[in-house]
Amino acid sequence: MLDIKNLHANINGKEILKGINLTVKPGEVHAIMGPNGAGKSTLSSVLAGNPAFEVTEGEVSFYGKNLLDLSPEQRSWEGIFLGFQYPVEIPGVSMVNFMRAAVNEHRKYKNLPPLSASDFLRMMREKREVVELDNKLANRSVNEGFSGGEKKRNEIFQMAMLEPRLSILDETDSGLDIDALRIVSEGVNKLKSQDNATIVITHYQRLLDYIKPEFIHVLYKGRIVKSGGPELALELEEKGYDWIKKELGE
Amino acid sequence: MDAVKQYIDLFEQTKETINNHSTDIMNSCREEALHMLKKLGLPSKKQQKYAHTDLEDYFGPDYGLNINRYPIPVNPYEAFKCDVPNLSTALYFLINDQYYNNEPHGTKYPDGTFIGSLKKFAESHPDIAEKYYGRLSSKENDGSVAINTLFAQDGFVVYVPKNVQIDKTVQLINVLGSETDFMINRRILVILEDNASVKLLICDHALNEVNFLATQVSEVFVGEGAMLDYYELEENPANTKRIASTFIDQQKGSNVMASSITLMNGKTRNNTYITFSGPGAESHLSGMAIEDGNQEVDNFTFIDHKSPHCKSNELYKYVLNDNATGSFAGRILVREGAQKTEAYQSNKNICATDTSHMFTRPELEIYADDVKCSHGATVGQLDNQALFYMRTRGLSEDEARMLLMFAFMSDVIDNIRLEPLRDRLRKLVEKRFRGELAKCRGCNECRPEPK
Repeated sequence: MLDIKNLHANINGKEILKGINLTVKPGEVHAIMGPNGAGKSTLSSVLAGNPAFEVTEGEVSFYGKNLLDLSPEQRSWEGIFLGFQYPVEIPGVSMVNFMRAAVNEHRKYKNLPPLSASDFLRMMREKREVVELDNKLANRSVNEGFSGGEKKRNEIFQMAMLEPRLSILDETDSGLDIDALRIVSEGVNKLKSQDNATIVITHYQRLLDYIKPEFIHVLYKGRIVKSGGPELALELEEKGYDWIKKELGE
Repeated sequence: MDAVKQYIDLFEQTKETINNHSTDIMNSCREEALHMLKKLGLPSKKQQKYAHTDLEDYFGPDYGLNINRYPIPVNPYEAFKCDVPNLSTALYFLINDQYYNNEPHGTKYPDGTFIGSLKKFAESHPDIAEKYYGRLSSKENDGSVAINTLFAQDGFVVYVPKNVQIDKTVQLINVLGSETDFMINRRILVILEDNASVKLLICDHALNEVNFLATQVSEVFVGEGAMLDYYELEENPANTKRIASTFIDQQKGSNVMASSITLMNGKTRNNTYITFSGPGAESHLSGMAIEDGNQEVDNFTFIDHKSPHCKSNELYKYVLNDNATGSFAGRILVREGAQKTEAYQSNKNICATDTSHMFTRPELEIYADDVKCSHGATVGQLDNQALFYMRTRGLSEDEARMLLMFAFMSDVIDNIRLEPLRDRLRKLVEKRFRGELAKCRGCNECRPEPK
């Protein structure tokens, strides 16, 4: 579904991604690991279409479409979802209105009529249960005054609402205590199917105890320097990122 | 200044006709206003108070005036079929500056209450009218107020006697209708005696796209323990200019909510003056301006904390698009002896384009030592992080911008104490941001499209 070839990207003239290659197929779960500053968050931002980044070279195709030609909203309609490391607070916009607008834009793209108020609320209720999100939060402004754990659960809730084909979860484990980590991971696992794929971006192994990826990639200085199976994550946990640096002769 | 001379000449030529069609109490204030206008002229842009509004531009062009009081063939009930949903109001009209003589049916007020034509009120209640009319406006050295006093022949009055509560919201619609460029000078007088209460909603709607200049002077007296809601909502086409001065005098323990909302306009200048004449009074002042094209909105407020234990809270917000210009100047004066004053002011603005301009000038002057005061002003853009976040969920850029702008205004709307008006404003503001209001003329947004 996703094919990244030799992707280079800049922010403010500084090159962060220096030739990424990655292929993801339906049903797969990939983890991208790497030290701070390796370009993990840049990769997720570029895939979601953040206009702050400039793609200078390479190709990204998603189900045969050139992703780089699409606006962030078009990517969303095509089925790409980005779970933010730092979900944005939007005072004055209620979760309900936000999600209703989002769901209906997706439906419009699929030539479906907008959901009725009762169908929409039923859907909200069902999807909330996936991550045990409190009803009170749904009536508040988007992420405003949410705790760290609530914000991350809210990301997975939105993912459940939009039913993406490819979810990119950027450091979803950061700032979570062990209970929240379990709830968020269980949510991700419940939403997993043969037809969708997940890219988990993380610094630590601990998330991977809950979300079991088949493929591990190590991102370092803007390139994927090592790929392997689940054992690679364990090795990294044990030896640290210095091991990668040594392997690369640094 | 040429503009001023034009008005002085016109007044001197037509004085007799103006007086004949008006009433003694209004006439008695004209000579003093004339004297003031001759002495002061119109305030110029060199004066800080009018730094961002050019009154020459307002008053300079040639407008027609209806000095002879010819009836204007507008049936406002036809023009305004749509009422505020769920808000049943007692509806009154000023057509241009003439009172439309049609009392809202089915509305019975407690004895002594008078709501209607200012001219009639001056004739039926001369003692009260004389006690209040021109008392606040004449103290302000502002040529635009003087011009209004010179030419105003009638207006609207709300008089609520002691201990009387008016439950039904009183709505005044200022209808502007003319086929040629036209000037309107209207007067509003609100008198709440001790412990009285009323809610007043004033809407401006111009029906034609000729050049209108509307001057409005409102004098508002709020007695001890009295409670007033005073909402103004402007929806005018781009050729309309409005200059409104509202003087509010608050006695001991009174409570006022005053709100001026500019949804659609050409050029607008609103002056709001609040004086705390007695202790323990409270005022909530808010405003909102949504502008695009070449619109201009300039709000000036002056809160005079003359008495101790009073509280004022001010919130003004602007969203500017295209080449729009916004100005806000808020002065708070806490006089010596006005201890335990609480005064808060906030002005927040979004310039959504590079070509829009916002000028903001908070001013806090304190001569008492036991007070709580604060002011703050910000000018910013829409939050790019939030825009991106929303777009990754599938909201189009326009939709995301609209939601953010709407969200920005939500606290001003939430401040409004009249729930049905709040609900209606939410709809109107949303429509405004979607650009759907621009298609409508006046308050006809609910009217079916002509077949």
